[in-house]
Amino acid sequence: MEKHLLRYIWNHTRPQQIWVLSIVLLSMIPYFMAFDLPKQIINGPIQGGGGFDSPGATQAFLDFSYTVPLLGWTIAFKGFELSRLEMLLALSGVFLLLVVINGLFKFYINNYKGKLGERLLRRIRYELVDRLLRFPPSTMRQVRAAEVSSMVKDEVEPFGGFTGDAFVQPALLGGQATAALIFIILQNLWLGLIAAFMVAIQVGIIPKMRRRLIDLGRQRQITARHLAGKVGEIVEGIDTIHTYDTTNYERADISNRLGQIYKIRYELYRWKFLVKFVNNFLSQLTPFLFYSIGGYFALRGTLDVGQLVAVINAYKDLPGPLKELIDWDQARQDVQVKYEQVREQFEPPQLLDPAIQTMSAKMPDHLASPLAAVNVTISDGSGAHVTENVSLKIAAGETVAMIDNSGIGAEAIAEAFGRIAWPTSGRVTLGDAELLELPEAVTGRQITYASSDSYFFHGTLRDNLVYGLKHAPSVPDNDPNGETNPRRWAIQEALRAGNSIHDPDADWIDVRSTSVSRGGPDDLSRSMLGALDAVQLTSEVMELALHSFIDPKDNPTLTERVVEMRFALREELARDGIGNIVAYFDFTSYNKEATVRENLLFAASRQTSAFNAEVVEGEYIFEVLKTANLFELLYAMGLTIAENVVEIFAGLPPEHPLFQQLEHITIDDIAFYQQFMQKRRRKPGMEVRESDRKAIVRLSLYYIEPRYRFGVLSEEIMDQIVAARDLFYAKLPMALRDRIERYDPHRYMGAATLRENILFGKLTHRSPDAPAKIRKIAARLTREMGLYDSFINLGLSYDVGASGRRLTPVQRHKLSLARALIRRSSYYIFNKPLPGLDRRVQEEIVKNVLQFLQEQDNNPSVVWVLSNTSLSRMFHRVIVFDRGSIVEDGSFETLDMKSGIFRTLVA
Amino acid sequence: MVQTMLLNDEVQLLRKVPYFCRVDPCKLKLLAFTSDRVCYDPGEELFSQGDNAEAAYVILLGEAELFTHTAGEDIKIGEAGCNSIIGEMCLISSSLQAVTARAKTEVEALRIAKDTFFKVIADNPRINMEISRTLAENLRGSRFNGSNRVEHLVS
Repeated sequence: MEKHLLRYIWNHTRPQQIWVLSIVLLSMIPYFMAFDLPKQIINGPIQGGGGFDSPGATQAFLDFSYTVPLLGWTIAFKGFELSRLEMLLALSGVFLLLVVINGLFKFYINNYKGKLGERLLRRIRYELVDRLLRFPPSTMRQVRAAEVSSMVKDEVEPFGGFTGDAFVQPALLGGQATAALIFIILQNLWLGLIAAFMVAIQVGIIPKMRRRLIDLGRQRQITARHLAGKVGEIVEGIDTIHTYDTTNYERADISNRLGQIYKIRYELYRWKFLVKFVNNFLSQLTPFLFYSIGGYFALRGTLDVGQLVAVINAYKDLPGPLKELIDWDQARQDVQVKYEQVREQFEPPQLLDPAIQTMSAKMPDHLASPLAAVNVTISDGSGAHVTENVSLKIAAGETVAMIDNSGIGAEAIAEAFGRIAWPTSGRVTLGDAELLELPEAVTGRQITYASSDSYFFHGTLRDNLVYGLKHAPSVPDNDPNGETNPRRWAIQEALRAGNSIHDPDADWIDVRSTSVSRGGPDDLSRSMLGALDAVQLTSEVMELALHSFIDPKDNPTLTERVVEMRFALREELARDGIGNIVAYFDFTSYNKEATVRENLLFAASRQTSAFNAEVVEGEYIFEVLKTANLFELLYAMGLTIAENVVEIFAGLPPEHPLFQQLEHITIDDIAFYQQFMQKRRRKPGMEVRESDRKAIVRLSLYYIEPRYRFGVLSEEIMDQIVAARDLFYAKLPMALRDRIERYDPHRYMGAATLRENILFGKLTHRSPDAPAKIRKIAARLTREMGLYDSFINLGLSYDVGASGRRLTPVQRHKLSLARALIRRSSYYIFNKPLPGLDRRVQEEIVKNVLQFLQEQDNNPSVVWVLSNTSLSRMFHRVIVFDRGSIVEDGSFETLDMKSGIFRTLVA
Repeated sequence: MVQTMLLNDEVQLLRKVPYFCRVDPCKLKLLAFTSDRVCYDPGEELFSQGDNAEAAYVILLGEAELFTHTAGEDIKIGEAGCNSIIGEMCLISSSLQAVTARAKTEVEALRIAKDTFFKVIADNPRINMEISRTLAENLRGSRFNGSNRVEHLVS
């Protein structure tokens, strides 16, 4: 990047700058014409001067005569003869025309400058991110994410605004100021020289004073950037902060930083206004000199009074441009400082060659050449060697387990193979070429690397799963003419700002580079399902699907099939003689496994953001209960429930874990019921407040007989509730219409989860094995009915959240492995990808993964850094590292025979 | 099945179980409330040998048979009837189920899950002690004259 922003701007916008400058100069002509016109109008037609002395006089309009110099040709036009009134109208018309022309010029110039600035801003931002993508790993580790993003986003922002004025402004203002100065000098040489001298002082002193301003500006920028970094750190480390009770420490830290920023900013203001004061003073000093010195000479008679007046008049045009020029200079220095600050961060000592990252749509040839480390030494951040002169070769098709006895040599070598760590000496080679010199298009596909700290991007599970296949858009879009209009515009603009012209919404998934590659259209989905199965993530994805909501409008076919499955499942359960483990929803009967409330509503209720929907719902339910004469019955029932609940829970300390088992009752509620019951006992006939009655009725609303077993729900109440369902729907308020979706065995309910829609009932509380039994049969049906893929797809649409935080750590690790398995590579490097996983599960997954990869036709090699050494028996070859060096290398059997480190590790 | 037995009846039954007979009824009610009432058809398994032991069962109605699986066949080792508790070892130690329990008739039982049990006894050292004591008595009993809760049919 260029050292100076002005140069950067000039290099990238030269033709445009020249163009806009010439337009500006062109616009000066109508501008000055418009200046002169009012005088002409007033002097001519209005005041009757300039040839309109007599009433009938006419004047020529638009007459001109021009003699071309040297050649002596004369172009002349006699003009139109116009009377005084006609002339007034004609000149006014010209004035209006000039106003319009000037306005249009201004409009065009501003637009053009804006466009220029925004393009430059786009270019510089792109360039910064591009550089970021080319940082070597060691530099990248020192980068603070929030700081860099604040640089790319905020700190470069002013460059755009400055770009348009970068050259036009000084050229124009400098010209104006020079013209004014020359004019003064022409009037009177000495007074002119005085003015020139004062200008020189101004131009000399003010920038000097501003040096301090620049310095402060730099400090302000850096402290603000650190603040952004700190805030980012707080967000990322929030759990640690909470668990260690350091919130107040963080507050103090932030306060201190803000204090510093305040101090800098306040000083900045003081200096700014001091400079302004001096500047104003200097520009006012000149007229003082004119008045005093000029006046003195005028009194002495050595200076013509007319000349003095002319000079003072001419001087009026000087401070304006001069001040703006100085302001421009200030802006220039300001952005220059910012530019330097940003540039500094983006000029690491070493940057990857752009050629290494050139996009290539071509699959690299699957070379069977060995991946090798030759005398590789790798240092950690402190410079200590974590591996020393390691040499090893991985042949095609080999599976290698790497184990560390002490140190992290195996991990470091895996990172070197994955291109994440750069050897300080020695070479990593793929075939004949050095790994670091090969384009990423080759290494990033030939080699697949996965570790436990792989990153996940905000998006769906599927997006993250196929992320490793997005090397290049499958349709090259080099031809801007073959594109639709908006796309063509996007490409042209991208080219003008030196940006990437590829469409991120194009199909980037390279279907040829999936691990299952039989040339069929289902290669991708087979690879995904296979990978998910291998890492044992399928059931979790299925679980996510079952928890999801589908809108039948968006997905009519699928939801219809789910309703079909609902009936199939019902039949199947009945056939197996376990139909009684589900209590199905039936409009004409009471569902004993559901709450009283659910029985009344007989509907799924949608979660809404409408603030009072729930309140409205509650009130409406009470209303219905009263109309149906149920309110008093439920009140009586609620009293018995309250009595029981109080008896059971009253003695427990408030933090007791059993309170969590009560879904709708909190500790405070229990205390309330207790008091209420006591009050009632003391004064049996007392008046009960409406709100208290509702609270008691609410207790009944969540009652489930088989769950609570208080024996309070009589047949009469149940029948009455079923009968009240119609009543509930008859006058359903508008606010609830959208929220409540009635159960209908033949329809899919968008307000219920997929699982609820399949089951269409409640599992009985009386059979603890019910979920397992259902799951087995439902899983079979899902496959038989061909819904399996749709459900998995649904699960894959789950949003993983920022950096995958909506997944558990174990799920993230599994997903990271699955993402690697989807890719077709010659070498798979797994660097302790499954930490903290159950030993048994780990073993199963390692076995599945090896099997999955060996089933592929390209005979890939696998290098697995194991944390669990006993798993090494599943690999062809075992390499044991100790303090950064290879100590043993051979098959599991041979190493197991020797009495080396390996045996002590496995034993 | 018509539900006739209520929470309070369960508590009465629990009191007849040796382990719980000396425990405060209030706590027993809590224990019963937080446990699930489950039922099994004849022939259904309550739990099977080698499963992770997650719950103890107090039989409220009906009878269950206990089997041990050795050398490829199930050998019946006992029966558990009304008011008896089976699978209770899991409440004390974490281990796998040692036997298989199968419903002989229709069985109604109270399923006391291990973690709920621990939550209930967490602040009740009394229950804890009662259970240890009963267990000790059981052990002594079984050493001298067989268990007092299941009739051993092992020859």
